[in-house]
Amino acid sequence: MSFLRNYLNKVKPNFEEGGKLHAFRSVFDGFETFLYVPNDTAKTGVNIHDAIDSKRIMSMVVIALMPAMLFGMYNIGYQNYLAAGTLDSASFCEIFFFGFLAVLPKILVSYIVGLGIEFAWAQWKGEEIQEGYLVSGIIIPLIIPIGCPLWMLALACAFSVIFCKEIFGGTGMNIFNPAIAARMFLFFAYPAKMTGDQIWVAQGSILGLGNDLPDGFTAATPLGQIGQGIDPSASICDMICGFIPGSIGETSLIAIAIGAVILLWTGIASWRTMLSVFVGGALLALLFQSTGSSMEWWHHFVMGGFAFGAVFMATDPVTSCRTTTGQYIYGFLIGAMAIIIRVMNAGYPEGMMLAIFFGNMFAPTIDHFVVARNISKRLKRGGTK
Amino acid sequence: MANVIKLRKGLDIHLQGKAEEKKIQLKSNGKFALVPDDFEGVTPKVVVKEGDKVKAGDALFVNKQYPEVKFASPVSGTVSAVVRGERRKVLCVKVDADSKQEFTDFGKKDVGTLSGEQVINALLEAGIFGYINQLPYAVSTNPSVQPKAIFVSALRDKPLAASFEYEVAGQEADFQTGLTALSKIAKTYLGVGIGSKLENMQNVEVNVFDGKCPAGNVGVQVNNINPVNKGEVVWTIGDPTVVLFIGRLFNTGKVNLTRTIALCGSEINSPAYVDMMVGEELSTLLSNSYDASKSVRIINGNVLTGKPTTKEGFLGGHTSEITVIPEGNDADEMLGWILPRFKQFSVNRSYFSWLCGKKEYALDARIKGGERHMIMSGEYDKVLPMDIYGEYLIKAIIAGDIDRQEALGIYEVSPEDFALAEFVDSSKLELQRIVREGLNILRKENA
Repeated sequence: MSFLRNYLNKVKPNFEEGGKLHAFRSVFDGFETFLYVPNDTAKTGVNIHDAIDSKRIMSMVVIALMPAMLFGMYNIGYQNYLAAGTLDSASFCEIFFFGFLAVLPKILVSYIVGLGIEFAWAQWKGEEIQEGYLVSGIIIPLIIPIGCPLWMLALACAFSVIFCKEIFGGTGMNIFNPAIAARMFLFFAYPAKMTGDQIWVAQGSILGLGNDLPDGFTAATPLGQIGQGIDPSASICDMICGFIPGSIGETSLIAIAIGAVILLWTGIASWRTMLSVFVGGALLALLFQSTGSSMEWWHHFVMGGFAFGAVFMATDPVTSCRTTTGQYIYGFLIGAMAIIIRVMNAGYPEGMMLAIFFGNMFAPTIDHFVVARNISKRLKRGGTK
Repeated sequence: MANVIKLRKGLDIHLQGKAEEKKIQLKSNGKFALVPDDFEGVTPKVVVKEGDKVKAGDALFVNKQYPEVKFASPVSGTVSAVVRGERRKVLCVKVDADSKQEFTDFGKKDVGTLSGEQVINALLEAGIFGYINQLPYAVSTNPSVQPKAIFVSALRDKPLAASFEYEVAGQEADFQTGLTALSKIAKTYLGVGIGSKLENMQNVEVNVFDGKCPAGNVGVQVNNINPVNKGEVVWTIGDPTVVLFIGRLFNTGKVNLTRTIALCGSEINSPAYVDMMVGEELSTLLSNSYDASKSVRIINGNVLTGKPTTKEGFLGGHTSEITVIPEGNDADEMLGWILPRFKQFSVNRSYFSWLCGKKEYALDARIKGGERHMIMSGEYDKVLPMDIYGEYLIKAIIAGDIDRQEALGIYEVSPEDFALAEFVDSSKLELQRIVREGLNILRKENA
C-alpha cells in the first residue's frame, strides 16, 4: 500500500498553490483523506485526539440507511411484479435487480448533483470538503416516490445544497435539514408529481427486467387510502415488513429499526429525540383515537414516513435541538405535529415532512429557552456587577 | 468524614506508559531556565542581566502588571542568557547553577501567628506568589484583590498524571503548613480523590471528589462547590506541589522548588518518578529514555494540557509530568472512516474501545480528522462536569459576543476544563485555544 501513498505524495504538489491542477485541490484533498487518515498532528491544545471524526460519523449514518435502501430496492421490484400479477413467476434476484436498476439512477443523480456542488463550493471557499452531503445524498432518493423524474430530483438536490446549506455556511451551520428541504421543494414546486396514486409503483421495465404496466395504472399508499376515507388494502403485517407502495426507503419498519439500532448504539442519533418523537406521536394518536378517529393509534407508526423521519431525519444533530432538555421537547413537538397534520388536514395525508420542517424551525427557540434557564440561574446566584 | 461530591460526567483515558512508583536518580547538568509563558497572563519584566549572580529565591523577572509579583530563581548561579523571541518577547531567563547551592534566607515563620497579609507579603518577597492562579480568566493572580476563597486540588487524574499522594509522602508537614498559610488569606478548600491520605488535613474544608477526569481540575471543583460569579475572584491552585513550595518557605525560610515528576508515556522505556527542580533542562532526564530514531512528541505536562517541547526544553513551572508519545506524522493509516482500528481509542461505539475495558492505548499526536463546524451535539457536555452549556459558550466566544459569554459563565472556566471536550470533539475544534483567546480578550476589555 505504500505504493499508493508514494503516488499520492508524488502528485500532491500539482494540487497545491501554484500547481497546474490547483483548481481541483479540494477534490484531491477529499480523496486523500478518504484513503488515509490525515497525518496532521496537534499544534495547540490537547496532544491526543479521539479517533472519531465527521467522516466516520457520516459513514455510520450511511451504513444505518443501508437496510432501508436495500429493502426499498426490493420493494420497488416487488410492487411492480405484484401490480403486473407476475410475482409468482419472478425470482428474488429479478425482483431485486429491477428495483436496483430503478433506484440507482436516483441515487447517482442525487450524489452527482449534490456532491458536485459541494466540491465546487469547497474549492471556491478554499475549504475542505464537508461530509454532510454523504448522508443527505442517500436520504433524498429514499424519501421520494419512484415516479419522481430525475430532472426534478436534480433540481431539488441543487436547491437544498445551495439554499439550505451552503448559504448558511455549510454542514453544521444549516437551520433546516437539507433532505427535508429537498422534499419540501419537490412537494410544493411539483405537487402533481409528488402526490396522487400514479407515482408509487415503477411503471416500466428496465433492461428486460420488470413489467410495463398499463397507462393510468394507480396504486395508493395506505395513508393515501385513509386520506380518501377508504380502509387500507394492505395488511398490518405487510406494512410492518414494508411490502406497500410508498417512498422508496420509508416502507419497512423492520429495515428502519435496524438502522435505528445502529444509530443509537453508536450514539450518533439522540435517543431522547427519537424516543420523544414516538411518544409525542403516540399520545396525539391516542387522543384522536379516543375522540373518534377510526385509526388504531399505533398504525400511524407503520404507515408513511413517520418511522423513517423519526429515526433518520428528526435526529439530525445539526438541525435538531442541541440541549438534552430541548431534545425531549423538540421530538415531542415533531411527533405530535405529524399526527395532527395527518388526522386534521385531509389535503396532506403525510405530515412527517412538515412536522420535521417546523421542528427544525423551532429548535433554536427551544434551545434558547433551555439555555436562558441556565443563564437566569447564574444571574440569581448573585455576584457584584 | 469529608464531604463526598460525586461527579458522573467525565472520561478516563487509559494510556500506556504509566510511571511506576519508584524514583530514578538524576544528576543535573546545571542548566536551568525560568519560562515566563509557564505563568499564564504574566508579561515579564526581567530584573537581572547576563552575568549577574543570583541565589535560589532571588527574582529573575517580575510581572509587569503587578511588579510586586516576583518569580524566584530555582537555583543559585550565574544568569547566562535572557532569551528573546519575536518583538523582543522574553522566552526564558537562563541560569547556570553553581556547584554549591546558596539560598536567600527569608526566615522561618510560624504560620499560625501570621495574618493573611503577612502570608501574602512573605510569598511575594520569596517569589513564589506567582504560582497561584485565579478565576476568572485562569491567570496568575493579582495580589491586591481579596479572594472569595482559595481552592486547592490535590487530585491529579489526567491521563498518566503523576500521583500527588506519592509525591507528598514524607512531606505532609510542609503540605499542612502551606494549607494553613493559605487559610490565613481566605477560606481554603482542598479537593482530594477517593481514599486519599490527605483527607485529614487541618484548617481547610476537605471535599472528596468521586468521579472520572476532569474531577481533579480545580475549576471543576470550584464550580461544584462555590461557583464564581461576576465580580468575584477565587484563587486556585490546580498544581498541589505549589502548596509544598509555600510550606517549605515557612518551615525552612528557603525557596525550594523541587518537585517529583513522572516520566511517562508509551515511548518511555521505563516510566518512573524523578525529583527535579522547576526550570531544570530536560536533556539529562530524556537521554536514553526513549528511542531517539523514532518521531516522538515530548510534552511538558500531561497529554491533555501540556505543551510540546524538545529535549533542550526546561521543566515548566506547573509541570508534574514529562510525557513522551509517538508523533504519528508517519502513521499513514488507511480508510479510517470504516475500518475497525482496534489500536485507536474512541468514546464512540463505532469503534471497539467500549469492549476493551481498561485496555491501555498508545495514542499518537494526530488530530485524526479535519476541522469542521460543530456538528454533533452533547459531546462536550458528557465530559464537562460543570453547570455550563459548553457548546453555547464556545459559540459565544467564537462569535465574540461578550455579554453572552458572561451570561453563559465564562468567568467560571479555564481552558483546561475544555481539554477533554477537545479530545472527544468529532469536529476537531481547538477548544482550549478558543477559550484562552476568549478569556484574554475579556480580561483586556474588563481591565
